[in-house]
Amino acid sequence: MPPVASSPISLDVKADFPIFARRFDERLLVYLDSGSTSQKPQVVIDAVAEHLQSHNANVHRGVYALAQEADAAYDQARARVAAFTGAQPETTIFTKNVTEAINLVAYAWGRANVGPGEAVLITQAEHHANIVPWQVLCRERGATLRYLEVDERGELSLDQLDAELARGDVRLVAFTHVSNVLGTINPVAEMTARVRSAGAVSLIDGAQAVPHMSVDVEAIGADFYAWTGHKALGPTGIGVLHGGREILERMEPFLTGGDMIASVDFQSATWNELPSKFEAGTPMVAEAVGLGVAVDYLSDLGMDRVRAHEQALTAYMLDRLTEVPGLRVAGPPEAERRGGLASFTVEGIHPHDVAELAGRGGVCIRAGHHCAQPLMRCLGVSATARASVGVYNEPSDIDALIDALLAGRKVFGL
Amino acid sequence: MDDLYRDYILEHYKRPHNFGELDPHDFAALEHNPLCGDELGVHIRVAGGRIEDLKFHGHGCAISQASASIASEELIGMELDEVSELDADWMIELLGIPVSATRRKCALLNLKVVRGAITGDHAWPA
Repeated sequence: MPPVASSPISLDVKADFPIFARRFDERLLVYLDSGSTSQKPQVVIDAVAEHLQSHNANVHRGVYALAQEADAAYDQARARVAAFTGAQPETTIFTKNVTEAINLVAYAWGRANVGPGEAVLITQAEHHANIVPWQVLCRERGATLRYLEVDERGELSLDQLDAELARGDVRLVAFTHVSNVLGTINPVAEMTARVRSAGAVSLIDGAQAVPHMSVDVEAIGADFYAWTGHKALGPTGIGVLHGGREILERMEPFLTGGDMIASVDFQSATWNELPSKFEAGTPMVAEAVGLGVAVDYLSDLGMDRVRAHEQALTAYMLDRLTEVPGLRVAGPPEAERRGGLASFTVEGIHPHDVAELAGRGGVCIRAGHHCAQPLMRCLGVSATARASVGVYNEPSDIDALIDALLAGRKVFGL
Repeated sequence: MDDLYRDYILEHYKRPHNFGELDPHDFAALEHNPLCGDELGVHIRVAGGRIEDLKFHGHGCAISQASASIASEELIGMELDEVSELDADWMIELLGIPVSATRRKCALLNLKVVRGAITGDHAWPA
């Protein structure tokens, strides 16, 4: 066993999250669904409430003191979020979620830059949010959507990426940083370098990465990098799109209306500066404030500690899951090659029933296709169960999962 | 004794009745449960205005498979007019277990696919 100091299997922060005071039929909450959404620390809940109670006014409109407070809070939130991922505030755009961020790129960049006979390249392991916008774009523009394959270990091949790029027709490559099903951590910096050398544009879905490991978007070098607040201890309704300054400057807006304009005439309008050009309408101010506090909370924990904790806990989970007969885990077998999640099937019990049975033991896990139906087809299943960890999880949560799975097998007479 | 996973439910799940293909058939339909990606298809043969024979195919959870299996016993021999009138309560009552809101579609998928095959109405049973 490695020394405890290098495997911080508990960060001991559960008390910061008030939801863990809840009881379900007198049972403790065992939350292993952070891949779907994270729980929220008290400081985030308080920050949202405090903003609404004491600092609420519309932003970018008022000159009175309260409006200035709201402006300052929104700007400060953006600065905190940008600093958290090594990005610049002007190129950090707030969106509703990752889905909206990717649609922004597919519409505002894609419609102007992908044409007939050209191609968009994605991977078999994408979330529907990083598949469907490209399907619609390609259909509209007469372009082709091609896929990088995922091997039996759940990993992509850089050789296949090179071969696809060598065909010369690829305009954009979109891929996940960490797979929400397989857990695989993709070699994103190597991939973006190859995409750039081929003269194509890259987009990364960082939904499962940013909350769980140190992410420096400048070092990764993608043209677009999207992630979402609600998986990163923040509120729902606030997502982030980081983009390169030049490419964002060249793009036309996505949604149009208030706040994104410089001036409006009867027949035409000119666009506001970055990032406002891509933030039409009154933004999610309280949610942004909450996310700003959430990323500061994560920074205080230290993202390297967060990663070490989740890796240690994932290693423990992968090890203990082997105790359940008939259980198969998808994705890379080594915890260091994957994010903090494990998707699995249990022979003789449908994943929906696995999740239902776990729920009776007070254990919250997800079951279904995880918005990745093409990947499910590659794996030869219609669904899996998935347990995913966050900063608040401890080995006892994994123990409760294993107990629930073993008890569930008994219910099914296995 | 488990409320949901009663012995007869698990028995139908493990050894579902009237599962397979039916060729030739008069009606067929295939439906998905968008929540989980489960898939259920049906082949129906008709004689004299009644379902003469019926077989389901596809994959799903214990609730969806057991529901299809249990319903198949009632549906065979039923008049088509009667089938098109069947509602969600009929299925839930027939199933005989407390079905939570999130599992309701699992229980109703078979009725959706059967009604869809016969009437062309692909709405979820209300």
